[in-house]
Amino acid sequence: MKKNKKYWKSSEELKKGSKILSEFKNKEFIQKLPEDIFNTNKQALEDSSTNRRDFLKYVGFSTAAASIAACEGPVINSVPYVVQPDEIIPGNANYYASSIADGYDYRNILVKTREGRPIKIKQNKDAISLGECNARVLASVLSLYDSKRLKGPKVNGLDIDWDDFDQKIVSKLKNLYEQDKRVVLLTHTIPSPTTQKIINKFISKFPNIKHVVYDSISSSETLDAFESLFGIRAFVDYDFSKAETIVSIDADFLGDWQGGGYEGGYSKGRIPKSSKGKSSMSYHIQFESNMSLTGANADKRIPCRQEIMKKIVLEIHSKIFDRDFNNYKELSEFDEKNNSIISDVIKRLRKSGKKSLVVSGIQNVEIQKMILEINQKLSSDSFDIENPRIIHQGKNSDVKDLVDGILDGSIKGILTFGIDPGYTLPMGIDFVKALQEVDLSVVFSMKENETSAGAEYIAAVPHYLESWGDYEFKLGHYSLAQPTIQPLFNTRQFQDILLKWSGDNSLYYSEIKKNWNENILKGKSWNKSLHDGVYISNKKFNPKRNKKDFKYNLFSSLNSSNDDSIDLILYTKIGMGDGNQANNPWLQEFPDPISRTTWDNYLTVSVKDAKKFGFKNYNVANGGLNGSYAKIEAAGKEIIAPVLIQPGQAEGTMGLAFGYGKIQGVKEEMQIGVNAFKLYANFQKIQSAKVSLHENKFHEFACIQLHNTLMGRGDIIKETTLDIFNSEDKSHWNPVPVVSKNHIEIPVNSDEVDMWDSFDRSIGHHFNMSIDLNACTGCGACIIACHSENNVPVVGKREVRKSRDLHWLRIDRYYSSEQSFESDNEAVDAISGLGETLTVMDEMENANENPEVSFQPIMCQHCNHAPCETVCPVAATSHGRQGQNHMAYNRCVGTRYCANNCPYKVRRFNWFRYNKNDEFDYNMNDDLGRMVLNPDVVVRSRGVMEKCSMCIQMTQKTILDAKLEGRKIIDGEFQTACSQACGSNAIVFGDINDSDSKIKKLKEDDRSYHLLESVGTKPNVVYQTKITNKDIS
Amino acid sequence: MNRIKIKYLKGVLIPLFFITSLSFNFLFSQEEQILTGKKLFNTHCAACHKVKKKAIGPAMRGVSEKYDREWLYSWIKNSASMIKSGDPQAVAIWEEYNRTAMNAFPQLSNVDIDNILAYADYIPPVPVVAQSLPVSSGGENTGNYNDLILIALVLVFLILTAMLILVKRTLIRIASASGVKIVSEKKPKDNIALSILSAFAKNQFLVISSVILLMLSSGYYVYAWMMQVGIDEGYMPVQPIHYSHKIHSGANKIECKYCHSSARVSKHSGIPSLNVCMNCHKNIAEYNGEEDLENGYDRDFYTNEIKKLYAAVGWDEDNQVYTGKTQPVKWVRIHNLPDHVYFNHAQHVEVANIECQKCHGPVEEMEIMYQYSPLTMGWCINCHRESNIDLKGNEYYKKIHEELSKKYGVEKLTVAQMGGLECGKCHY
Repeated sequence: MKKNKKYWKSSEELKKGSKILSEFKNKEFIQKLPEDIFNTNKQALEDSSTNRRDFLKYVGFSTAAASIAACEGPVINSVPYVVQPDEIIPGNANYYASSIADGYDYRNILVKTREGRPIKIKQNKDAISLGECNARVLASVLSLYDSKRLKGPKVNGLDIDWDDFDQKIVSKLKNLYEQDKRVVLLTHTIPSPTTQKIINKFISKFPNIKHVVYDSISSSETLDAFESLFGIRAFVDYDFSKAETIVSIDADFLGDWQGGGYEGGYSKGRIPKSSKGKSSMSYHIQFESNMSLTGANADKRIPCRQEIMKKIVLEIHSKIFDRDFNNYKELSEFDEKNNSIISDVIKRLRKSGKKSLVVSGIQNVEIQKMILEINQKLSSDSFDIENPRIIHQGKNSDVKDLVDGILDGSIKGILTFGIDPGYTLPMGIDFVKALQEVDLSVVFSMKENETSAGAEYIAAVPHYLESWGDYEFKLGHYSLAQPTIQPLFNTRQFQDILLKWSGDNSLYYSEIKKNWNENILKGKSWNKSLHDGVYISNKKFNPKRNKKDFKYNLFSSLNSSNDDSIDLILYTKIGMGDGNQANNPWLQEFPDPISRTTWDNYLTVSVKDAKKFGFKNYNVANGGLNGSYAKIEAAGKEIIAPVLIQPGQAEGTMGLAFGYGKIQGVKEEMQIGVNAFKLYANFQKIQSAKVSLHENKFHEFACIQLHNTLMGRGDIIKETTLDIFNSEDKSHWNPVPVVSKNHIEIPVNSDEVDMWDSFDRSIGHHFNMSIDLNACTGCGACIIACHSENNVPVVGKREVRKSRDLHWLRIDRYYSSEQSFESDNEAVDAISGLGETLTVMDEMENANENPEVSFQPIMCQHCNHAPCETVCPVAATSHGRQGQNHMAYNRCVGTRYCANNCPYKVRRFNWFRYNKNDEFDYNMNDDLGRMVLNPDVVVRSRGVMEKCSMCIQMTQKTILDAKLEGRKIIDGEFQTACSQACGSNAIVFGDINDSDSKIKKLKEDDRSYHLLESVGTKPNVVYQTKITNKDIS
Repeated sequence: MNRIKIKYLKGVLIPLFFITSLSFNFLFSQEEQILTGKKLFNTHCAACHKVKKKAIGPAMRGVSEKYDREWLYSWIKNSASMIKSGDPQAVAIWEEYNRTAMNAFPQLSNVDIDNILAYADYIPPVPVVAQSLPVSSGGENTGNYNDLILIALVLVFLILTAMLILVKRTLIRIASASGVKIVSEKKPKDNIALSILSAFAKNQFLVISSVILLMLSSGYYVYAWMMQVGIDEGYMPVQPIHYSHKIHSGANKIECKYCHSSARVSKHSGIPSLNVCMNCHKNIAEYNGEEDLENGYDRDFYTNEIKKLYAAVGWDEDNQVYTGKTQPVKWVRIHNLPDHVYFNHAQHVEVANIECQKCHGPVEEMEIMYQYSPLTMGWCINCHRESNIDLKGNEYYKKIHEELSKKYGVEKLTVAQMGGLECGKCHY
C-alpha cells in the first residue's frame, strides 16, 4: 500500500522540478543571511581607516567596559500578602472548574491559576459532554489579559462612574416605557436558567422591552426543524462513538457544527477495535463543498455543490422510508457516479441499522426535518434526543424584524450584550449609523467594538474568567462558572446590571445560588456542584412528535443556479470562529489545519476554477506564498479578497472564512483579512456570487505549509486500509526499514547496524508519547495548549512568512492521492526550470481534485540517539535518563547546528527577543499580557534555540508530588500539555518502564512506528499507523 | 565638655543608687513572691493581659490600687457571677471591654492572686542602660561641634593663604625694587634611582620574568574578581523593617517552617504574610529581650520595628482592632536565582529533609539576613555529587533506588547518580 501512494503538502510539490522546493529540501534556513543590510554604504566602508582588527579591538574594549560598568545588580523587591488567602500557596497552582459561554463557544472547563492569575484552560474531565476544549477555548485565557479591554463604563466615549451610568439609563428606560416605545434587548444565546429569570424580571419591570436572541452564525433552520417536529428550539445531541456508519452531508462536526465538541466520540470510533481476530472501525463519508476538517478526516469525501447534497438527502430519505414520491424520481436523476455512491451509502446505512448516523449542516428546514426523521427511522443509537443541546436559540425572522425596526427608526431603544451586530450583520455599517438615531443605545461589552462605535453607552462587563455564571448547555446538564481572578478593571456583570436596573440590589451570585438550591439541586450539595463545575440532573426531554405528514416544499430551494455564478460558501475556521477573539495573537498565529495559513482569511478556490478565472498562487524565494486577488460580488456587495488554491474544493464553489476584518478594539497588526459577514445576507452561508480576477497584484500570505519540508522522505506517514490491516501481516503494511550491511538487508532497529552506544534506560522513568494518526482530527487544540503551557512567543505575520514561527508543536497536513512516487520522479527528471502553477496545472488537476488528507502532529521526537546533541558545540542540548532531550537555553550560543542536523525540523530559533520588545505588540510586550505566562517555564531570549521539552516541568511536578506523598506514580498521572488538551485522545503520554501502562501497550502495538526510522534516531515518540476504512460494503 | 558630662552623670547616678539600694531590700523580701507571681501570670493571665498595657483585658499594673483586694479575689475566681449579680464595678469593666467575660480561675488561691498582683506591680530596677544615652547624645553633640570647628579652620587657612600670597607679592615687589634677582632653584637629578632603573631595564631576564609574574598575579586577581560578578554572596540589604532572625529563630527558637510554611509544599519558601507575624505580635507589642548596644539595637529600637509591623498590617494597638488600612511591606529580596533556573524548596526541605541552614547558613545568628551561599551552579552541583538520597521509607524511591544502587554497586546513591546533574532537571 505504502509504495503506490504519494504525499504532498503543497501544490508546489506537484510541479515538476520546482526550484524553490529543491531549495527547501536542501536548506534548513531558506533565507540568505542579511549581510547586505550592513553593506549599504560600501564606499564609505572601504575608505574607512578603521580596519577589521581595530574594529574588533574597539568592540572588545567597549564590551568589557560596558560589562564592568554594569556590574551593579538591581534591587529586587518581594511583596508578600498582608493577609494571605488560605487557598493560595505561592508557587503552587490552583484549579477551578468553570464554564465558557461567549456566544460562540460553550464548554465546561478547568482553569489553572497561579498566585491568583488564570494561566491555562484545560478540559473538565468531570463533564460528560462539551468537555473537550478547542483551540479558541484554550486561547480564551489570553483574551482576559487583552490590553484593549474597557477599563470602565463610558458615555459618548467619556468615562463615567457606575452610579451616574445607572441613573441615566434607568431614567431613559422609564421614559421610553412611559411613552410605550419599542425597546429591544439583543443578546447571544445565554443558556442560563438564572439569567433567564433575571431577564424576565427586567422585562416585567419594563414590559416594552423585547428580548431577541441573535447568534452571529445562524443555525435557525435546524432549530426551526426541531421546533416544528418536537416543540422546543434545540439541537439533537450525537454520540459519534456509537456510530459505525457516519454519513455527513455538509456537517463540519469536527469543527463548529452545532457547537462542536464531537471529536472525542468520533475518534473513539475511528480507532480499530479488535474482536474475534478482526478489527473494525467506523466508516465516515462526507459530502461537502469546502475542504473542512471533518471532510479531511473522512474515509470517503465527495466534493459537490449544495444542490447535489440536497438531492442526496432526499434520496436517502426516500430510500430509507421506502416511499416512492413521484416528485423524487425526477429529482434523483444523478449522474452515474453519484448514483453508485448513494446506493452504497444506503446499503451501508441499512446494514449498520442502529449503528448508523446521518448528519447535515444544510440550511434548510425541510432538509433538517428529513435528517431528524431518517435518524429516528434508523433508531440510531448515536441520536440523543432526550438531552438535546440548547446552546443556540436564535431565530432569523426575529433578528430580521429587529434590524428592520432599527433601520426604519421604529425601535427607540436597544441594549446589546455579548454580540457585535455592527460587525456580524451584513448591513452592519447602516445598523451602526441607525444606532446613533435611537433614543437609548447601550452596548454591554468587554471591549469597544464595531457596534459600540455608534452606541451612546458602553457598559464594561468582565471577562468570563472574572464572572459568575450558570448554564444548561444540554438539557438537564447544568454547569457553573466561577470567577478565578478579581476583576481587573472597573467592570460589572451584565446580570448584576440588569438586576440593579430592575430595582433589585441582590447580586447575580446570590441569585444563582438561590435558584440552584430551590429549583435545580433540590437538596444536593451546592459546594460539590461548584467544585465539579457540572451537575447532571435526571431531567429528560420527552419527544412528542407533532403529528404531521410529510409535506415538503423543496422545489423552490432546488433551483439549479445559473452557470456563470459560483457558490460562495462562508465558513468558520477552527482558529477564529466568529471573530469575537480577533485580538488574540495566539489565535491569529494559529495555522489553519487545512490551509496551514496564519494571520489571514482568503477565498479558497479549486484548481480548475483557478485556471478558469486566472488566479495564481506561487512561492517566492524565501518560501512565502503569494496569491492573486479576487473581486467577489455577492449579496449586492463587493469584496476584494486574496485567493488560496485549495485542493479538494468542489468545482464551482469557493470558500471564505468569517471572523476577520475586524477593526474596532483590535490591535493594528491584527486588523487583518476581510469581513465575510458583509456577504452573509439572510444569514445564509451559501451565497451566489460572481468572481473575477482583481488587478495584477499579489497578496502575501503567511502560510507555513512549505516550511519544514522533510527532504522528500516519503514514508513519513504510514497508512493502510482496514482490509489490508485485517488480512495482511504487519510486515506488509508497517514494515521496519532495512539497511544493507555486508550486502545483507538488516532491519534498521537491530543493534547490529547501530553506530551508537546504547544506554540502559530500564531504570526509573522513561517517557514515551504515542500519537494515533487515526484518532487525530488535526483540530490543533494541542498547539494552543502548548503555547500557554510553554510561554511560546507570538512572532507576527511578517516573521511567520519568513518561516520563523515558533510553534513547538505543529500539525503537518499531507494530501495524498493514488499516484506513485516512481512515475513522478521520472517526470521530475524530465522537466527542468521553475514553472508557474498554471503551466503544470493539467498534471496536477487529478491529484488536486479530491486528495485524501492526513494530519500528523510533530514535535521534538526526543530521539535516544539525537543528532542535535552531537553537533552542539557548547553541549546546550543533552539527554536525560528519563528520555527527554533537554535544552539549556542559557547555555545556547545560537549556532543553529542542531536545527540543521534535526531530521524532523522541530527546533525553533529566536531571531529576536519577542518579550518586552517595542518592535512587537503581542501579549509578551505589555504588562497585562505577560500575566498569562507560566512562571515555571523560562521566557527565552534572543539568539537561542528552543523546542518541545516534553513538558518536563509537568513530569517533574508529577514526580515531586509523588515524592511528597511518598507513593508510586499511577499510570495516567504523567501528562504533557498536548496530551492533556487532546479531546480525541490521540496523544497518549506515559512511562514505558511501567509495565502496566497504556503507553507501553501502544508502543508495542502492531500499528506503531517511528518517524524516519531508517535514520536510526530511536525517537521516544511513536506514531500509530493510519487505517482508513475503504471496505466495500 | 567633660565637666558637663560628669555633672550629668552625677545627676543620673545618685537617684539610681537610691533606687537600687531601696529595691534591693524590697527585692530580697519579695523576690520569691514575685517569681511565683510571674510564673502564674504567664500560665494563666498572659493570653489576655499585659502588665503595662491594655490587651484583650486591662493592664495588670495598678489594678491592686484601683480595686479592693477582696473584690479582686472574687472577680478573678468567678467574674461572670459578679456581673450577673450586678456589682457596679464588675458591670462597668464588662461594658468597657465589649462584654467579653473574663475566664473564671477558681483554682487560684488568694495567695496566688497576691503573688500575681505583686508581680504586676513590681517595677524592675531601671537598667544601667540609661548611662549609654547621655554618651550617645554627647557623641552627637561633638559631631556638630566638630563640623563647626572644621569650617572655622578652613576659613582660617583660607585667610592665611591669602595673606601669605599677599606678603610674597609685596616681598617680590620690594626685592625687584631694590634690584635683587630671584633665581629659582632646580632640583638635582636622582642619579641613584635612575641607575637602578636602567640596570633593571638592561637585564632582559629580569624584565621578562617580572612581567610574567605581574601578568600572572594580576590575571589571578582579575579572574577571581570576574568570577564573583553576579554572585551576591554576603548580600545584606537594608530591609524596610529591621527583622532579626537572631531574635526569632535564635533566642526564641521558632521553627523556620512555622513562618516559611510554603517551603514544605511549594517551590517558594515564601516570605510570610503579615497575618503570620500577627499570630504572635498581637500579644508581643514590645521587645524585652537582649539588646545589642554596640550596633545601637536597644529595646526601643526593636519595639519601634514592631510598631512598623503594626502600621503595615493596620493594627490599632490602643483599641486592639484592625483598622483595615494596610501597607504591604516591600522587602528587599536577598536570594535571587536567575529566571532560567528552577529550584523547588519542597523537594529539598520535605523530600530530602535538608536543614534550612545547609544553604542559608546560621540564620539563627543573623541579626540582619544575608546571603550565605554563593548560589552558583557549581555550588549546587557539588552538593548533588556529595549528598545521598534520603529514602526515609519513601515508596516513590523504593524500586528505582534498589535497581540503581545495584547497578552502581553502592549502598546509598548520590543525587547525581539519581540524575540530579541532568541539565533539564533544573533548566526548563
